Formats: sequence, structure tokens, C-alpha cells
Amino acid sequence: MLAEFLQFLFSGITVGAIYALVALGFSIIYNASHVINFAQGEFVMIGGMATVFMMAGGLPLPAAMLVAVAIAVCAGLALERFAVGQSRGASVVTLIIITIGASIFLRGLASVVWDRNFHTLPSFSGDEPIRLAGATLTPQSLWVLGVTLVVAVLLFWFFTRTLMGKAMLATAHNRLAAQLVGINTRFVLMLSFGLAAALGAIGGILITPIAPTYFEGGVMLGLKGFSAAIVGGLGHGLGAIVGGLIVGIAEAMGAGYISSAYKDAFAFVLILLVLFFMPSGLFGVRGTERV
Amino acid sequence: MLLAVEALTSHYGRIQALKGIDLTIDRGELVALVGANGAGKTTLLRTISGVQPASGGKIMFDDHNITANPPDSRVRMGISQVPEGRQVFGPMSVEDNLRLGAFSRGGAGTAEMLEKCFAMFPVLEERRKQPAGTLSGGQQQMLAMSRALMAQPVLLLLDEPSMGLAPILVDEIFAAIAELKAAGTTIFLVEQNAFAALSIADRGYVLETGKIVLADKGEALLVNEKVKEAYLGI
Ligand SMILES: Nc1ncnc2c1ncn2[C@@H]1O[C@H](COP(=O)(O)OP(=O)(O)O)[C@@H](O)[C@H]1O
Ligand SMILES: [Mg+2]
Repeated sequence: MLAEFLQFLFSGITVGAIYALVALGFSIIYNASHVINFAQGEFVMIGGMATVFMMAGGLPLPAAMLVAVAIAVCAGLALERFAVGQSRGASVVTLIIITIGASIFLRGLASVVWDRNFHTLPSFSGDEPIRLAGATLTPQSLWVLGVTLVVAVLLFWFFTRTLMGKAMLATAHNRLAAQLVGINTRFVLMLSFGLAAALGAIGGILITPIAPTYFEGGVMLGLKGFSAAIVGGLGHGLGAIVGGLIVGIAEAMGAGYISSAYKDAFAFVLILLVLFFMPSGLFGVRGTERV
Repeated sequence: MLLAVEALTSHYGRIQALKGIDLTIDRGELVALVGANGAGKTTLLRTISGVQPASGGKIMFDDHNITANPPDSRVRMGISQVPEGRQVFGPMSVEDNLRLGAFSRGGAGTAEMLEKCFAMFPVLEERRKQPAGTLSGGQQQMLAMSRALMAQPVLLLLDEPSMGLAPILVDEIFAAIAELKAAGTTIFLVEQNAFAALSIADRGYVLETGKIVLADKGEALLVNEKVKEAYLGI
């Protein structure tokens, strides 16, 4: 009983951490531009796929990961530079449609440059499972949780302790005032896309040893991350993390105790419930500080 | 001459808000701009700061043509604006608002300028940890002014600093403006409160539907028949 519950919990937290990283990306871009970037899932896919193909090209895993994050960041910056940022004065809805177009383009590009097959990565430090009260935890799960925690702490530090981080928040709160204190809001937008892409790619690299990826592998992860961001309150940093864990755990429990056939539906049921009872998400109280 | 605006025009879509503005501000001067609601005062300040594009004409600052410069470069050159409606970063603390004021200097001189701002408006020091959005209107105005000063500006643009404030706070804000002028800051003051503005100004301009219609010394405008009739309610 307990062992079974723990097993579902571990797998929920692991996948939830990935959703949290994706959700943070959604929130950062949303804060900078009020755009919901539907290409966020493609950054996740690029992270995994690029690492796979860099390794196939002979790079060791750590170097392949770095190159993959760099490729995703370039994709993020290009999306801002050539698509979203070019359309000055366009409505937010137009910009969101542009990101949907970009996501289709990136998937197509990945299927051409790489291929249409499933790929996996070796676990970072072996597959010897750790036993805990009858349940097992893989070392890769620990990597996922550890890296997510470090990333979350770094982001918290950046947004609350550095002038540039505060400038990004200030731009989210009041773009005009941000410009008037000398913040280059265009640069903030670039930085947001770069940061969101890096977070997505890190998530993609971490999860590929657990769940194989392919050129369309970012679609579902993107939607789950989006659900997590909505559940936690779009634009809220802690909300994104808590939202990610909630969606991950709900999904694992639902799949374990109810039916795995509806696994993907649980996230969307959660969105509907949250939006019905708390329209601005768990943490989306107006007037609180948003990351 | 610190600022020289020549034949400046600006549009919102098809609507022309500025129809060829000429004005100059010398170093150390306090120049007032008065005009009715909708005359284009805010648009002029926005265009000088670069958050609203000029559609024609020229803005010279410190002998540089800045007409095409982005807003952040103008702040680094020394132009700070206290915008209409204060525009504080509501969820952020008073202190963070002030620190962001020094963003254009990369945070340099923050400690020393914080002290100056707290000396000028002690209430900000008492409230330094509080979210800016919880301050009263007058306190937010003090914060917006202090935030602009954190950049140690050469030219300070003030857009209706007395709007919506109780008379006692209006006096405090105008006292602070006089103090800044005495300390050598060049100030361009936009006001609907024409009497108060012209009383402390060296020179003044009157703006009507996007055009400068009068320019004179502050005290001369105060006794000008047209100004008295239209803006001073005498
Ligand atoms: N964002 C805007 N879009 C369209 N028209 C605007 C906008 N802002 C101001 N205007 C118009 O420009 C003119 C000047 O406005 P403004 O500069 O705000 O005047 P003032 O500050 O003197 O009250 C007004 O006719 C106003 O309706
Ligand atoms: Mg105005």
C-alpha cells in the first residue's frame, strides 16, 4: 500500500519537476511580454534531441548537454529577434499565434535536421535503483530533482538579489516606468526568451533518459508545463514550481489508481478545476510579487 | 543650452498630438509648461524621453542629436522623467523601486543617493520595506520623484507632480522641486496647476493643442491677460 503510494509519488515528483521547469519558462516570457509562448515545449525537445545527436557525433555527455542548451538558447533568441520582437505593436493574440507557428516550424526543422525516430540518453550516473520503504527511486530521478532545485534557487537569487533580475520584474510590472529608469526593455525580452529556452532545454535533457524523446516530444511536455503554470498562477515563480509538482503528482496518482489510459487528461482536468475555483491560479493573487 | 527642441512633431496613428514644438532649456533653469488637458504636455515629455517616437523635427541634448536614441540611452545621458500618474512598481518594495532608479548607472552611487532621498522625504525611509503600491498618492509621488533622482539626472522632467494631491502635499512637492533647483538640477515642469508652476519657474511655455502659443518669463506669464483668463481662472 504505502510502497505503491510512494512509487507513484516519486514518479509524480520527478515528472512534476520537469513540468515546473517548463512552467517557469512560460511564466518568464509571459511576464516580459504577456505572450504565452507555445514553442516552449520545442525548447524541451531541442534539449533532448540535440544532446542525443551531439553525443552521436562524438561529444561526451557533459559537453553535449552544454551545446544542446546553447542551441535551444539560440532558438529562443531567434524566436524573439525574428518573430515576436519584430511584430511591434501586434496584439498579444497575434504574437501567441506566431509562437504556435514557430513551434510547428521547429518541429519540422528537427525532423529534417535530425530524424523522426525515438531517442534516449544514458542515465547520468547509472541505473542502480535506490530502495526506500519498498519503493524504488532511480538515480536519474535524483538528478532531475537536484538540478531542478538548484535551478530554482539560482532563479530565486537572480530575481530577488540582482539588479538585472529586479529590472526584469520591474519590466513585467510597468513597462513604461522600466523604460524611464533606463531599462532596455527589448533586452529584457531577449533575456527572457533565452532564459526560458535554457530552462526548457535543461528539462528536456534531464527527462530523456527516463522518457525517450522525438521531434514531436515537446508538444505534450509543453502543454503539461503550461497547465502547471496556469495552476500555479501564470507569471508567478513559486507558483510554477508548485503547479508543476501538483500536475506531476496528480497525473502519476491518476494513472496509478484510476487508469493510465487517461493519464494526459488529468492535467487538463486540473486546469479546469483551478480556473473554476481560483481563476488566477493558486498563487496568482493580485498585487503579490511575481517572478 | 542643455535641451533644444526644434519643430518637433509626434503622432498617435493619424492623430497629430505635437504640431511643431520649439523650445529650449538652459542648464540650471526651471522651465514650466502649462496647458489644458489634452494639449499634448505628456506627449511632449514622452517624446523627449523617447518612449513616444517623434514623427518629425529634432531633439538636441547637450549638443547631441538624440531624436532617434532609445529611451535607455537618454536616461544614461542624464534625462530622467517622473511620469504622469507616478507609475511606481507597485508590488516591489519602496527600496527596490529606488534601487531600480539607479539602474542606468549600474547601481553606482545607490547608497549615497538613497540617503539623499530619505533626507528629502523621510517617510520613504520609514516605509522602505513596504510594497510601493500600498503607499498613499502623495507618498507615491515622493517615491516617483526620488526614483528619478536616483539616476542623478542632468535634466529632470516632471509630469503633473501635484495631480490629485491634497494642498499640504502639493506644498511639500513644490518645496522639494525648489530645493532641487537650488541644488543645480535643470527641471522641466509640466503642470495644470499653472499658478504654482509659473510662480517657481524661471521661464514658462503655454501649450495649446500641440502648439506653443506663448513663451515668457515665469512672472511675466503670471500677469499675462491671456494666461490669467485661460489658466489661472482670474
Ligand atoms: N495613447 C494615445 N493614443 C491616442 N491618442 C492619444 C494617446 N495619448 C494621448 N492622446 C491624444 O493626444 C493628445 C495629447 O494628449 P496628452 O499629451 O496626454 O495631453 P496632456 O498631457 O496635455 O493632457 C490628446 O488629444 C489625447 O487624446
Ligand atoms: Mg498629461
